[in-house]
Amino acid sequence: MTKKTDKTEQEWPLWEIFIRSKAGLDHKHCGSIHACDAEMALESARDVYTRRSEGISIWVVPSAAITASKPEDKESLFEPADDKIYRHPTFYDIPKGVGKM
Amino acid sequence: MTEASKNQTLVHYAAQIGDNSLIMGHRMSEWCFHAPSLEMEMALMNCALDLIGQARELYSYAAASDNSDRTEDDFAYLRDEQDFRNALLAELPNGDWGDTIVRLFFISAYNRLFYTALAKSKDSELAAIGAKSLKEVTYHLRFSGEWLIRLGDGTEESHQRVQQSVNNLWMFTGELFTMSEAENALLKDGISVDVATLRADWDQTVSQVFEQATLSIPDNDWAQSGGKTRGHHTEHLGYILADMQFMQRRYPGCEW
Repeated sequence: MTKKTDKTEQEWPLWEIFIRSKAGLDHKHCGSIHACDAEMALESARDVYTRRSEGISIWVVPSAAITASKPEDKESLFEPADDKIYRHPTFYDIPKGVGKM
Repeated sequence: MTEASKNQTLVHYAAQIGDNSLIMGHRMSEWCFHAPSLEMEMALMNCALDLIGQARELYSYAAASDNSDRTEDDFAYLRDEQDFRNALLAELPNGDWGDTIVRLFFISAYNRLFYTALAKSKDSELAAIGAKSLKEVTYHLRFSGEWLIRLGDGTEESHQRVQQSVNNLWMFTGELFTMSEAENALLKDGISVDVATLRADWDQTVSQVFEQATLSIPDNDWAQSGGKTRGHHTEHLGYILADMQFMQRRYPGCEW
């Protein structure tokens, strides 16, 4: 067990990879890779995720820099929105006189 | 030069460039399933496939200039050791990760200059192959250069080991800049690259990266040669060919 911990600590840090598939589109998260630093992460991301012309731009972000919501907070964070249908514009009738919006 | 002998020289020239790519590509492919991480596996296999792809184009062009019914496969699978004109550096065993990175760096630094020049060849087919390959080898140079900097300027052990790789491989770099018969013959028509003139720029690329990597350039100028100009190879090439050619030799014409 101790040995396993040592090995984990020696591993390269994890990086999250975001790829823009073409000009005008957003960078989309596509996976993660291990690399010793940002520059190497960029190169590995190129080799792992853009082999089949998937992208024209890559962002790498240290996974440790991401603060994520917890799955167990799902109920309190997201479910209260489910019954607030008036938050969608489609809830409202638009008067005929307004015409096309 | 008669038209026929000029064609024959062109065959030798294209095949000679292809030999470098094929043998180097084969060496890189030997890392498949053995790389230290999945990311490095992908990186090395991408390089290997780039190089083998270059070899295919060059052999196909050699075959087309041949006026015989040879194909790219004949060049890869049915020639013997002494017919291969790759530089010795390409055929040396992979060694450890440092050896692999140093060799890839030395060859990619050469390839970038070589393909930049080949892209300006008077032979339009070679020029097109040069332009396409240049993009690939520029990435190989970037990948291996970044690794070299991290190994050289890394830990005490990585520095010492990669400096040893440099010292071991250095004597094989000079051969890259020797001129073969085909290169000399095609120089006048602006078809071949004058590789001897690439040396100064290569030295500069190497010293820039070495400086960042805190590595020192060996002061030994003696260069091992013979593979490129005479087909005199190290004992390693025979094993590569045995591995690569076995199926075609045992089952002539076999296809997937």
